[in-house]
Amino acid sequence: MSELRQIAFYGKGGIGKSTTSQNTLAAMVHYYGQKILIVGCDPKADSTRLILHEKAQNTIMQLASEAGTVEDLELEDVCKPGAAEFHPDNNEITEGYIMCTESGGPEPGVGCAGRGVITAINFLEEEGAYDDELDFVSYDVLGDVVCGGFAMPIREGKAQEIYIVMSGEMMAMYAANNISKGILKYANTGGVRLAGLVCNARMTDKEYDLAKQLAKSLGTQMIHFVPRSNHVQRAELRRMTVVEYSPNHDQAMEYKELARKIIANDLKVIPTPLEMDDLEDLLMEFGLEDDVEDAIVGKKEGEA
Amino acid sequence: MGTETLEELQKKAIAEVLEIYPAKAAKNRAKHLGVDTPEGVKGACDKTRSNKQTVPGVMSQRGCAYAGSKGVVWGPVKDMIHISHGPIGCGQYSRAGRRNYYIGTTGVDTFVTMNFSTDFSEKDIVFGGDKKLKKALEEIDELFPLNNGITIQSECPIGLIGDDIQAVAKMHKKETDTPTIAVSCEGFRGVSQSLGHHLANDAIRDEVMTDSTARQTFESTDYDVAIIGDYNIGGDAWSTRILLEEMGLRVVAQWSGDATYKEMAITPKVKLNLLHCYRSMNYISRHMEQEFGIPWMEYNFFGPSKTTESLRKIAAFFDESIQEKTEAVIAKYTKMTDEVIEKYKPVLEGKKVMLYVGGLRPRHVIGAYEDLGMEIVGTGYEFGHGDDYKRTKEDIARSTLIYDDVNEYELEKFVHAIKPDLVAAGVKEKYVFQKMGLPFRQMHSWDYSGPYHGYDAFAIFAKDMDLAMNSPVWNHTKAPWETKEEVGA
Repeated sequence: MSELRQIAFYGKGGIGKSTTSQNTLAAMVHYYGQKILIVGCDPKADSTRLILHEKAQNTIMQLASEAGTVEDLELEDVCKPGAAEFHPDNNEITEGYIMCTESGGPEPGVGCAGRGVITAINFLEEEGAYDDELDFVSYDVLGDVVCGGFAMPIREGKAQEIYIVMSGEMMAMYAANNISKGILKYANTGGVRLAGLVCNARMTDKEYDLAKQLAKSLGTQMIHFVPRSNHVQRAELRRMTVVEYSPNHDQAMEYKELARKIIANDLKVIPTPLEMDDLEDLLMEFGLEDDVEDAIVGKKEGEA
Repeated sequence: MGTETLEELQKKAIAEVLEIYPAKAAKNRAKHLGVDTPEGVKGACDKTRSNKQTVPGVMSQRGCAYAGSKGVVWGPVKDMIHISHGPIGCGQYSRAGRRNYYIGTTGVDTFVTMNFSTDFSEKDIVFGGDKKLKKALEEIDELFPLNNGITIQSECPIGLIGDDIQAVAKMHKKETDTPTIAVSCEGFRGVSQSLGHHLANDAIRDEVMTDSTARQTFESTDYDVAIIGDYNIGGDAWSTRILLEEMGLRVVAQWSGDATYKEMAITPKVKLNLLHCYRSMNYISRHMEQEFGIPWMEYNFFGPSKTTESLRKIAAFFDESIQEKTEAVIAKYTKMTDEVIEKYKPVLEGKKVMLYVGGLRPRHVIGAYEDLGMEIVGTGYEFGHGDDYKRTKEDIARSTLIYDDVNEYELEKFVHAIKPDLVAAGVKEKYVFQKMGLPFRQMHSWDYSGPYHGYDAFAIFAKDMDLAMNSPVWNHTKAPWETKEEVGA
């Protein structure tokens, strides 16, 4: 058995982060027999639904709130085994399995979701959730690294490898760059490294080249280009990953390939985030932004 | 040594203190330190930089905005319940420490020495505490039905997680029809407790001054005054009240020592606001002047000289009958205070004192010491502003070392250099200097003594200073190597 690897998926909200991470992790279990713990770090708590076949599981913070304090909880209360082939006792397809936990947090607009992530991760560590059997712990983190709480998974002793899920659109690239800044901040003290960009394709123009170029600029690799497929949505309707829904489908093969690359990945770098101007130049080069003359900035359609 | 003047000694002390700092810190701190004399032109009292962020890494004696609002301004209002909103520590460690005396049955109709807190834990931070706060307010009304209102005093986390306490207060006020006042006095705001005073004053302005219910039935007289900025520490406001009443005035409100919500609400009906602690309550005095046309006057009731001066100043605002009575009051008490001076001056005269206090005392208590023949050679404010230092000029009697937001290291160095006979400051400084073998008096809480305001209280003040300085205990604190005698001689 190899040493526990802690990885995290970051990326702009709505990019398909949870879908990508769950399909990839499912592939790591299904095809390669890995043993994984998923730690969802999003108040929405939707990082595990495709593995559990459930809408959303009870979260650590929700249960802690009911019990009084987080100290009143037991690990079994918050860690759920995956459904069907992802269950530890189900060895039909593989000996690998997935355990699922969600940090949870407040409803939108109140409290401090970031603190919820910190509390939940501390609890899992203290209770020994990261046991010796596991091959991977995977954090699925909401949106951007907006505050210290959401940077928790990349702090000292937590995730060592960060995968940024992005696509060939402007805001996703800004977010990827910002997340790299967050990684850079903790890279020297905590040993966290950028391990690659996962391009969850939206099939925009020159998307592949753009993602590759951004990865190069950040000093990392585009570890995989996941093409768009409606099959993912078909599986999601059944609250399943494509890997489980139709393991021989082309799309499942894409996740299989991504899973293989992650397991074999040894390119882990301290990222070199771009300055704002450089990022804009890059976008311009690939036609996401037009090269505008100063004279027309701020002018309405009919004016100039 | 010896031939140096006091001023030279003080300037040298500043230079020595600054030597140890890195260039940037030295440049910053130099602006907060200085020397001034009564004759000085543009001296430290005019120039001292104040109300600025403390240099990180030094041991400041300052408090926070929550301390200014809950601890100072709101806390003493006795018939209201002040709930510390956040984790338990802030409320518990600020509980009853200021010795704000009051009359009433604690837990029934008065609540000053009790600690009310929402006792935040991790889950309240994550999920927000508005619901918990609302529940706490309801429980307060159920358990203490005789409360005349509630104030919500925010601790740091409330501002961080963005809870809407104003909305909770508004809802509770609507439901219960009793004053419910939220103060966003999170500790991290501002540079010291000073901002907390201001925020608390603003809350009074918006919530108490706008409530005219009590005013409508209030029958005023020509001699109604309010004491503003007296927190009744050890009974200070009471000993102040005695004198004002003897001179024929009617004290209708005390802010906020032994105060009630109602007396604060009727204050806009008085003829004159008497302001003792300028720093913490000048804001509301100015507001009442602008809004209700009530003049305000600063006064000083420490020591007989200043008390007499202040009484005459106050009397001048009223008619001759008051002025006559005032002279009678002065004559009556001066006999007593002369005796006090006669008794204590011989044992205290010429003793040097260094002060380091908060709102008004760095200047106000100077007169009381000087009445006893004691000499103030250094003074400074924890959280004063420029106008405090300007006012200090009038009170200093000789070359005086001025230090703003002085830190532990600087104060210790200054004491070593100036060698005062008494240090008068707060509890955080107390044991540092007592362990150095120096007499010390706490000038925040009167060292569990007081009152110190007014004529009667001067006798207590003089006795306390004598006790501190001339206690036989100091004969036993000399280190063996400091004695001149040869061992075995």
